[in-house]
Amino acid sequence: MYVAVKGGETAIAHSLDLVADKRRGDRDIAELSLEQIDQQLGLAVDRVMTEGSCYDRSLAALAIKQARGDLIEAIFLLRAYRTTLPRFGDSLPLDTSAMVAERRISSTFKDVPGGQVLGPTYDYTHRLLDFSLMAADERPTAPTAPADTNRTLPRVGDILEREGMLEPPPQDGASEDLTRQPLTLPASRPVRLQNLARGDEGFLLALGYSTQRGYGNNHPFVGEIRYGHVPVSFVPEELGFAIEIAEIDVTECDMVNQFAGSHDVPPQFTRGYGLAFGHSERKAMSMALVDRALRAEELSESATSPAQDEEFVLAHSDNVEASGFVQHLKLPHYVDFQSELVVVRTLRAEVEARRRQAVLDQAAE
Amino acid sequence: MSLSSSADAPAQARRQRWLSVLAKAPIARLAALWEGLGPIPAYALLRRPETGLVMVKGRISGSGAPFCGGEMTATRAAVRLESGEVGIGYVGGRSARHAEIAAAVDALGQRADWCDRLETEIVAPLEAEADARRRAIAARAAATKVDFFTVAREAGT
Repeated sequence: MYVAVKGGETAIAHSLDLVADKRRGDRDIAELSLEQIDQQLGLAVDRVMTEGSCYDRSLAALAIKQARGDLIEAIFLLRAYRTTLPRFGDSLPLDTSAMVAERRISSTFKDVPGGQVLGPTYDYTHRLLDFSLMAADERPTAPTAPADTNRTLPRVGDILEREGMLEPPPQDGASEDLTRQPLTLPASRPVRLQNLARGDEGFLLALGYSTQRGYGNNHPFVGEIRYGHVPVSFVPEELGFAIEIAEIDVTECDMVNQFAGSHDVPPQFTRGYGLAFGHSERKAMSMALVDRALRAEELSESATSPAQDEEFVLAHSDNVEASGFVQHLKLPHYVDFQSELVVVRTLRAEVEARRRQAVLDQAAE
Repeated sequence: MSLSSSADAPAQARRQRWLSVLAKAPIARLAALWEGLGPIPAYALLRRPETGLVMVKGRISGSGAPFCGGEMTATRAAVRLESGEVGIGYVGGRSARHAEIAAAVDALGQRADWCDRLETEIVAPLEAEADARRRAIAARAAATKVDFFTVAREAGT
């Protein structure tokens, strides 16, 4: 518990000034523009939009600038801002098969229809620092090749699904929204996915990794990862028909996992799913691993590991809540601590009195 | 204002296409084309541009039950021409001007004397530019397509 304290207004005001000063840094160096952050630190923008759960590139760039690159602080700023806005409604569900894909890979099928398109990936870089980036320079533009833009990209999952080899995804689910209703357990799969979609990438990465190391292993294969541009359709109440209001970038990962079967269903592979704003592949993959791990009970697997524990995962995935609770320890806890000091001093005095008495008793014998 | 009767279907399809093209256009380009029209009939704001949120839904494994993926910012506006037509604009992002121009184009497009001109001078060019952007993205992605060789082919058999 902490209590309100008075005083320190000037110190706080000056601390805010100091933050602003530090944010600007050396005045001889050009100030960062939001466009520079959006264009040249785009993956940071993607993470802030995903975990801030608000797609707006310039707002995310502003949050990153304001937070001096502290992405979790930036996510907090974006979350706080979104609470000031009214909700117009829900979009129609995204159709990711209509994506203009920049990247699309499958590690289950080599000859996947539509091909393996590597796109802009760090996977094949050597992870050696590129010192040529130390100085601003003219950079070459990327090469091109003929492409067919009229074809939709078939989902790898749909192909396996038609053969009956892969479980079809559930079609029904109540329309629940964590921004409107608090989390209740057990949570439906759509609610779990919403929680994971805005969950901390590091937390989900560690949990996903833990499943691979044996804490709830579910034998994952990347059925498909795709990243690209998809239209968002929305039905304005004034119109009564759908229009596309924007095109946004998303990454999705459909993970193909350990097969399961029962008396009624012959063995088939199971799935986990991940979806993130922008190009956020590590996040989408981690989300898919954890989504699948959380289905342990549904698939009659023994749930003995942290990643399979719904309450543990869903209650600790949000970095705005986690950061707030950890960091609130910095607030004045003076009264709380005073009372504990009194208790410990009294206990110590009692222990000391007993010790002295014991010495006296011993001497008297 | 109901557009559900079958006689209105082509009109609805046109508005649907126009509003989608207008919303996805870069605002600077849309504003330039709009200003290039010269004098336009006066209109009043029926709903001042307002920024809010749309919850973007995804589907489990891309094709299953919907779930809330996260929100996006959006801005809406409504205008009415002196001749009575009402136009609606809904655009992603926070640009009041973008929503207002979309609404004004939507309103004017309902007038026979403006429809063709707006199609030629605003919607068609924006649509062509969006196609070109899409093709450019696809062409750069296509250059990174993997050409696998099977073991048999590599062995020359």
